[in-house]
Amino acid sequence: MAQRIDVKDLNIYYGDFRAVADVQMTVEPRSVTAFIGPSGCGKSTFLRTLNRMHEVVPGARVEGTVAMDGVDLYGQDVDPVAVRRQVGMVFQRPNPFPTMSIAENVLAGVRLNNRKISKGDAQDLVEQSLRGANLWNEVKDRLARPGSGLSGGQQQRLCIARAIAVRPQVLLMDEPCSALDPISTLAIEDLVAELKSEYTIVIVTHNMQQAARVSDRTAFFNLAGTGQPGKLVEIDDTATIFSAPREQATEDYISGRFG
Amino acid sequence: MSTTQTPPVSIAGGPEPQGPGRALRRSRARAADRGASRAFRWLATGAGALILVTLAAVAVFLVIKAWPALSTPSSELVKQVNLLRGSSSLLDYVGPMIFGTILAAALALLMAVPVAIGIALFISHYAPRRLASGLGYVIDLLAAVPSVVYGLWGALVLAPLVQPVWAWLGTHVGWFPLFAGTVSPTARVLLTVGIVLAVMILPIITAVSREVFLQTPRLHEEAALALGATRWEMIRTAVLPFGRSGVISAAMLGLGRALGETMAVLMILSPGFLYSFRILEAGQQQTIAANIAAQFPEATPMGVSTLIATGLALFLITLVVNMGARWIVSRRKDFSGAN
Repeated sequence: MAQRIDVKDLNIYYGDFRAVADVQMTVEPRSVTAFIGPSGCGKSTFLRTLNRMHEVVPGARVEGTVAMDGVDLYGQDVDPVAVRRQVGMVFQRPNPFPTMSIAENVLAGVRLNNRKISKGDAQDLVEQSLRGANLWNEVKDRLARPGSGLSGGQQQRLCIARAIAVRPQVLLMDEPCSALDPISTLAIEDLVAELKSEYTIVIVTHNMQQAARVSDRTAFFNLAGTGQPGKLVEIDDTATIFSAPREQATEDYISGRFG
Repeated sequence: MSTTQTPPVSIAGGPEPQGPGRALRRSRARAADRGASRAFRWLATGAGALILVTLAAVAVFLVIKAWPALSTPSSELVKQVNLLRGSSSLLDYVGPMIFGTILAAALALLMAVPVAIGIALFISHYAPRRLASGLGYVIDLLAAVPSVVYGLWGALVLAPLVQPVWAWLGTHVGWFPLFAGTVSPTARVLLTVGIVLAVMILPIITAVSREVFLQTPRLHEEAALALGATRWEMIRTAVLPFGRSGVISAAMLGLGRALGETMAVLMILSPGFLYSFRILEAGQQQTIAANIAAQFPEATPMGVSTLIATGLALFLITLVVNMGARWIVSRRKDFSGAN
């Protein structure tokens, strides 16, 4: 299931503005890769290029290659819709569809694939996905209720269930805990640790302790100043980054001596 | 003069008065705030109440003016009022017109809503920004055309234009109840009226739907896209469910106008007083509003009262239709995204 991602010479633009410059990176399968760095350094922007969500913004474009299993996601004949079905995404703020029930939310992606799914299979998939997101026990009695009635942490786990219901190769998480309380955050972190046995996970976080807790590898992004493009400073095993980074900038950021 | 120039306590730059004095000043400011807030509350409440008062005034007016006709026994009324010739009672007179009014408005709604949703989606989600704002402006302009002009256009331009189409429908799809009967050679029939009404209510439905679609949270659209939705699938999963209640409200606004439209119907339709579904045949239906306008100038006092009674019926229909729409919207309130 899980896939390795190779990024080469990636430049990301909003119109004429180069937001992220010259990224080279390999994301290992069945592992958690964390992106850290100050606000505006392009880590979320870069994350969104991995499932071609970046180009949803008008004027946004990308140069370079992002290869998954050897296939360039930005190749001529690659359909961005197909890419997004392979690469799931969880957003900063929980965004279950308010007009759908909990069960319908989980099935939303499957229904989009136009797959005719029998009622029994659908129920199994809902249960399996919700169990996968550690939410089943909390919502099994109210699957027909609207997803917007859940707490923030539960909604975020519902979004994770929705993302994994389509069995993606890769799961992208854009600061999934930044809108959540510490207990919900812990629940999501535990979940990430479980999910990595099946999925390649990339997580953007502002919280360095979180990166240290959940990730196997950590990438540090930085930017020289406002108006300058963000750059990947270094990527290494999380233990190395947090104990003996190669770059001075990384050490300054991690130890709080930033700027 | 000199005393006012050197006040005992300097306000600007001086030390803030401590203790009770400070608390007092603050509470005074708050009291002024409260005054403004109270005034605004009364203003808003008054504006809200004004609508109810207007509505009540209209209802009272209709009931009082219609009372002579409503309270006269049917046998008497039929003898007194020329309009009722051929009818056995007031209800017998207004019934076919209620039917005609609703049928005309339903036809208009049936044609206008899909087109309006299409235009609104095009403007909100498909068109390049510059084209979108231009198109939105043109649609809004449609609302500024007076209904008399629509009536003239419908009778003089549209009717001759659609007549061959209606004739074709009559010969080939005549088995369908709506298209049965003799197709009118002038095309001054209810289906033509329906088209004109549809054009008239298109702007309001489009404008409201467009605004609602634009309000769809970006977060929900991205959620759909990230699941691998195409643009149309994104619209189906995120935009349309979110905009559902707004589109229904928009349709109701349009329906209200279609139910009450007078001039366009009067100028186009060849009227009749039957419970007839034949929308291609002349002399079948009539709407309440057009009938009032047509009969009012030559009506006797009791005739006027009779016509106002039919107006009361129109008022009640509109009320019932709107309440029905509210009920539809509220049925799935939990899922509206408002919580």
